[in-house]
Amino acid sequence: MRYLFRPPAADAAGLLALPWHQPLEKWDDSVLLDVPSRGISRHVVRFTASEGSVYALKEIAEPLARHEYALLGTFEEEGLPAVSVVGICVDRPDGLDAVLVTRYLEYSMSYRYLFSSRRGADSAERLMDTMVQLLVRLHLAGVYWGDCSLSNTLFRLDAGSFAAYLVDAETAERHPTISAGKRAYDLDLARERVGAELMDLQAGGLLPSGIDPIDVADSLAGRYEALWDEVTREEIFRPEEQRYRVAERLQRLNDLGFDVGEVELVTSAEGARLRVDTRVAEPGQNRRELFRLTGLEVQENQARRLLNDIRTFRAWLEQRSGRPVPDTVAGHRWLAEVYRPVVDAIPAGLVGRLEPAEVFHEVLEHRWFLSEQVGRDVGTTAAARSYFETVLPGTPEELTTPSAITERR
Amino acid sequence: MASIEMNQIVKKYGDGFPAVNDVSLDIADGEFMILVGPSGCGKSTLLRMIVGLEDITSGDMVIGGTRVNDKAPRDRNLSMVFQNYALYPHLSVYENIAFPLRLAKTSEDEVRRRVNEAADVLELHEHLERKPANLSGGQRQRVAMGRAIVRQAEAFLFDEPLSNLDAKLRGQMRTEIARLQRRLGITTVYVTHDQTEAMTLGDRVCVLRKGKIQQVASPRELYEQPVNLFVAGFIGSPPMNFLPAEVNGDTLTTPFGAIELDERRAAAVAGKELLLVGIRPEYFEDASLVDEAKRPLGSVFTARVDVTEWLGDSQFAYIPYEAPEAIQQKLADLSRELDSEALRTQAIVSIDSTSRIREGRDAEFWLDSRKVHVFDPETGDNLTRDAEAGAELTRLASEDRIEQVQEARSESQSISGDDRAGAA
Repeated sequence: MRYLFRPPAADAAGLLALPWHQPLEKWDDSVLLDVPSRGISRHVVRFTASEGSVYALKEIAEPLARHEYALLGTFEEEGLPAVSVVGICVDRPDGLDAVLVTRYLEYSMSYRYLFSSRRGADSAERLMDTMVQLLVRLHLAGVYWGDCSLSNTLFRLDAGSFAAYLVDAETAERHPTISAGKRAYDLDLARERVGAELMDLQAGGLLPSGIDPIDVADSLAGRYEALWDEVTREEIFRPEEQRYRVAERLQRLNDLGFDVGEVELVTSAEGARLRVDTRVAEPGQNRRELFRLTGLEVQENQARRLLNDIRTFRAWLEQRSGRPVPDTVAGHRWLAEVYRPVVDAIPAGLVGRLEPAEVFHEVLEHRWFLSEQVGRDVGTTAAARSYFETVLPGTPEELTTPSAITERR
Repeated sequence: MASIEMNQIVKKYGDGFPAVNDVSLDIADGEFMILVGPSGCGKSTLLRMIVGLEDITSGDMVIGGTRVNDKAPRDRNLSMVFQNYALYPHLSVYENIAFPLRLAKTSEDEVRRRVNEAADVLELHEHLERKPANLSGGQRQRVAMGRAIVRQAEAFLFDEPLSNLDAKLRGQMRTEIARLQRRLGITTVYVTHDQTEAMTLGDRVCVLRKGKIQQVASPRELYEQPVNLFVAGFIGSPPMNFLPAEVNGDTLTTPFGAIELDERRAAAVAGKELLLVGIRPEYFEDASLVDEAKRPLGSVFTARVDVTEWLGDSQFAYIPYEAPEAIQQKLADLSRELDSEALRTQAIVSIDSTSRIREGRDAEFWLDSRKVHVFDPETGDNLTRDAEAGAELTRLASEDRIEQVQEARSESQSISGDDRAGAA
């Protein structure tokens, strides 16, 4: 047998002791982690935990495994939203297929959960937008997916909105750019699969009555075209409107979840032609800034939210001490005095239901809500206590991320 | 269903490299066409231009009489089979087949009619009301085919559909696809790198090399009358043996002795010096087992056997031979291009399974000289190809096909009880 791992692989070394010589289907429960069904897979998929981290294992033919391993690696390097690949195991005895190992995307939710939950009908719109955003991002990067479906997408909460991740790249291809035909075909496939997946939920009695599978599937094309046009179109401005129109366009792209790499303006008699080079990577300005200040790794919207809180905290520090406070100092003190106390206070039984940064975001929301009710600022500590008592227990237990379950054992 | 015509199709990528170079190919309505060749030959690119995934640099792609170069994939009404074989657990087998029609808001009656027709062809009737969980591997694949059938596409397209299946399921599916195509009489284009798949499935096979068509013919014509060294080496397993040969009048001198050529072939090679003679493994036999009546039709030679391989119903002997360096180089290049390791300077010879020829000993072999071909090692051209005989083989195959398609269509009309306008 042969194992190929992408460095840093120290955390994955514990995986070597697994019974790779057996078919995944025959693995003993003692080495596996029971994770609720994430979607429909053509292959045997199992989960396992090693040193606090959770991994997904998929048994597939070696050429596909090698292809997917290589592709997911480049996606990660470029910051495309995809699961992170750890390695592959090939040359298994008795002609067994290869196994692809990916890191479990913690705090992710499958469409099955999201659509069938109470707020499914509200989420449907946002989920389709999120999915289309993922597809547009991949297409901009020259990736043809060939298998865009809800089953192959995972969703994560990001300060109340959703972020989508590609889970399965078996059929995906990488090109410098992709043809309109490939984009159209990818979209046709997505429409068909989403429609079938929702009909499947409906047949299983899992879809709220307000959602029509065909309408939802049919809405993908329009959403996609609109977003593709927003991120790629060239515009012509009159010289006098140039300045604000450029700013407007950039702001619009940011709002849609895209960063701009480069702006090109070519002036001519009729006006200025604007071409923007949209970055394919997930936006990360706030994420990087928060990491610099606190060492916390969170998603972009969460980071924006936390940075705002740090700014408020810093202003309060400066006001109290009467002198300037460097942002790094503010960041560290905020982490120790504001963020950590909230996260550490999450009741043991509720740990893992939501990502800590998402909990913090919800506590801030709750604080605003409570303050509004009583007409004064109730403070973060009181808000957190109330949130842990009244709101967090309402989050379904099945959302608990597998690594938190492993920790508890 | 429709014919597919390709006129001088070229596909160039950004760097100017032609992945497909001036391909003209007509696929008849109802025909099963295979695109085959080693990796990088352009077969998948060609298929993708039919589907609409790749832009066409120049040339015309005509489906059912309409030029489709600028049409979106969806508007070409083709079906890529097995692209989506996810089975949905809460949907019955019936709905698992019907959902593309549901998405297209097809009327209930029409859905029922088409699903039932597909289930007839696929023999899935007794499973229609069940959930897919308990279907066998083969039945699951048939549900995927059912999805393709109910769309009533102009053609079926397959892109290496079996390459990731295990050997057993691969064999089953090959039979299944062949049977289905015959019953439906639907135009089919099938891409594979596997020459066995190509030979067993296709009415005609298009062999590609570096973006160019080498030969389009029935499997038998490719096998018996290949146009060049490339096709001869690619088609057949174990592959054709290539021996160095010198010409003297109507005699070829080879490491396996002299081979007499008939008048036609002798004329074709006259004036050449160093040549390659191509002999299929089954043109050999253990000389002691050859009928006296047959013996004079070939030549007999003695050679030392390196290895024998007894397979029960057949037996192979491996005989090393000497070749000039230029020829060795040529054969090495060819085998690299064909992704094969077999074409070394060692002949693979098929002998009767009862033969007692032993490893490491000299043995007497008989060689049927009537069927050998002679190739120009420089150009690769087959100098002794009989184009007429080849065309006749393909003509016979196409007659068979037309008959089968007609049968299939008259049957399907009697099943559905109405005459599908525009279906033929």
